[in-house]
Amino acid sequence: MNEGIQGAFLIGLLAATLRVATPLLFATVGEVITERSGVLNLGIEGIMFLGAFVGFAVAYHASAAGLTAYLWLGLAGAIGAGLVMGALMGFLSVSLGVNQHVAGLGITLLCTGLSLFGFRVIFGESAVLPSITPFGQFSMVGDLPVLGPILRQYALTYIAFLLLIPAAWQLLYRTSFGLQIRAVGENPEAADAAGVSVYRTRYAAILMGAALMAVGGAFLSLAQLGAFSPGIIAGRGWVCIALVIFARWDPVRSVVGALLFGSVFALQLRLQTLGMALPFELFLALPYLVTILALALAGRNAAYPGAYLQPYRRE
Amino acid sequence: MLQLERANPTRFRQLLIPLAAILITFLLTALLVLLVNVNPLEAYWYFLVQPLTGRVSLIEVLVKTTPLLLTGAAVSFAFAGGYWNIGAEGQLYAGATAATAIGLHMERVPAPIALLLIIMGGFVAGMAWALIPALMKVKLAIDEVVTTLLLNSVALFGVSALLNGPWRDPISQWPQSPEIAASAIFPKLIPRSRLHLGFVLAVLTIALLWFVLARTALGFRMQAVGLNRNAARFAGIRVERTLLTSALISGGIAGLAGVSEIAGIHYHLIDAISPGYGYTGIIVATLGGLQAWGVALAAFFLGLIDTGAQTVSRALGVPAYLGDVIQATLLLVTLGLLLLQNYRIRWRGVRA
Repeated sequence: MNEGIQGAFLIGLLAATLRVATPLLFATVGEVITERSGVLNLGIEGIMFLGAFVGFAVAYHASAAGLTAYLWLGLAGAIGAGLVMGALMGFLSVSLGVNQHVAGLGITLLCTGLSLFGFRVIFGESAVLPSITPFGQFSMVGDLPVLGPILRQYALTYIAFLLLIPAAWQLLYRTSFGLQIRAVGENPEAADAAGVSVYRTRYAAILMGAALMAVGGAFLSLAQLGAFSPGIIAGRGWVCIALVIFARWDPVRSVVGALLFGSVFALQLRLQTLGMALPFELFLALPYLVTILALALAGRNAAYPGAYLQPYRRE
Repeated sequence: MLQLERANPTRFRQLLIPLAAILITFLLTALLVLLVNVNPLEAYWYFLVQPLTGRVSLIEVLVKTTPLLLTGAAVSFAFAGGYWNIGAEGQLYAGATAATAIGLHMERVPAPIALLLIIMGGFVAGMAWALIPALMKVKLAIDEVVTTLLLNSVALFGVSALLNGPWRDPISQWPQSPEIAASAIFPKLIPRSRLHLGFVLAVLTIALLWFVLARTALGFRMQAVGLNRNAARFAGIRVERTLLTSALISGGIAGLAGVSEIAGIHYHLIDAISPGYGYTGIIVATLGGLQAWGVALAAFFLGLIDTGAQTVSRALGVPAYLGDVIQATLLLVTLGLLLLQNYRIRWRGVRA
């Protein structure tokens, strides 16, 4: 390879890394906020899937109706769907206090079934996947050499890195609401005694988290692909569950994990298209293995929220 | 206002809850059936009754029930023992991989030995896949929910790597392994049907679930740990050891589900060997109340829904995914109703 091709390869890789990391960031931050309140939401995989589907279905029909803001309407639809599922998760895990992990898996199964059912009902069984014109990409630094093509990204990618992360950090560590979230996640009895509503705070965290998960899913259908397919999420939600642990429940550190996974994913994809005979699946399994290893190394010191997985009931 | 009061579960409630859950689930999902302009009653007739009326479709229900009996029993063993094994799916793939690995080399081995070897191999592989999170749980106190879940994805990638690499069948265009030896294939229970030895294996496993939980000291220890870990420790039960046992039995049985699908249905490894049987096992175990007879009924019921989903899709054009929606709704409704088993709803005037 000469230098020019190497440079282009690297630029393409960096740009793809940011792109791959975007949906992971949205969903991971959503899961971080949820888990910080003491609730593990395993509905993440399904809520991302539902977000991708509802986002696409709404955008498709809005576009057919001639609305120019169809993509943003799709995004709003996805958020709405996420909120509905968040409310369901809240009802089950907060109001009823059932097993969080079983409830979460149930929501993933429900969202997957509903989306596939809905897709078949709305779009039938055509051989050609229906598609829309997706979000466009732009560069904040114009046509600068090197940086220009790397930063040619979707608006949602800019939002994820420049707005979402600082906002999530600000929310968790610099607002009284964030303090309440962390308090009910660490010690709900004490938070309750201090006058914080454990139920309301957990509901709010779950709802916020689910909306972000849905946006993460909708990014794939509305920006990256402009279409919806059954394999659109393909375990990305589970990657986020791993990233939350890898980030030790911190939104800023989740950027590192998302970028690392993004680069590994983008790299294996590129090497595959170059025709290299690599067991690329082993690359894809890396984030899971690294997370399990990280957990094993942290051992008893793993920074789980104090009331992780524990329903709260006022007796 | 409405209030929940603690109450003791009664036999009546234990029976009532699954029935009420099924009724509520069908009322909720009827909305989706109405959405596609089909009469829900007609749809549910195809779902629940029609498959039971013909010999061929009834056998097909039992074929679909087989893996669910196994994963349902696997999850029940773990959950009853207080170990939240979400990894039955991955353990199933581990069992299927081992069954294929052994089955490919059974050409000169007589059938009974070959069958015994792949069954044992699959059980051990499932156990091995469950061992890592179980050890992390008992040695390092690391929560097993996430680790078992993440290992599902790892197992799938591992199978996919094998199928695109060393095991790729050179003849087929698809990523699938060559076929296992004839001596390692499960015999059919009924000629010219798909019902195979795996069904017997599954029924025996359910019997084992009943026997261990109801009749052995191990089962007593497992349930004691499952109900209250601290009380069990106080009573002198070795909690970590019992958790490890629950986890390993669970993983082994999930591995058997993989063996059964390879040796009974597919004969070669593909990466779509399970459409989520490991997760459906969680529904089966929850719906069945972690008890043998309940798990058996629940597995049959979900097998019926799986078969009925195909029937209703062919007959009325309702997408078969409705079956998935019904199963998930049933799980969530049951979860909610199970709480009522331990509580009584009381209406009380609001105090001034």
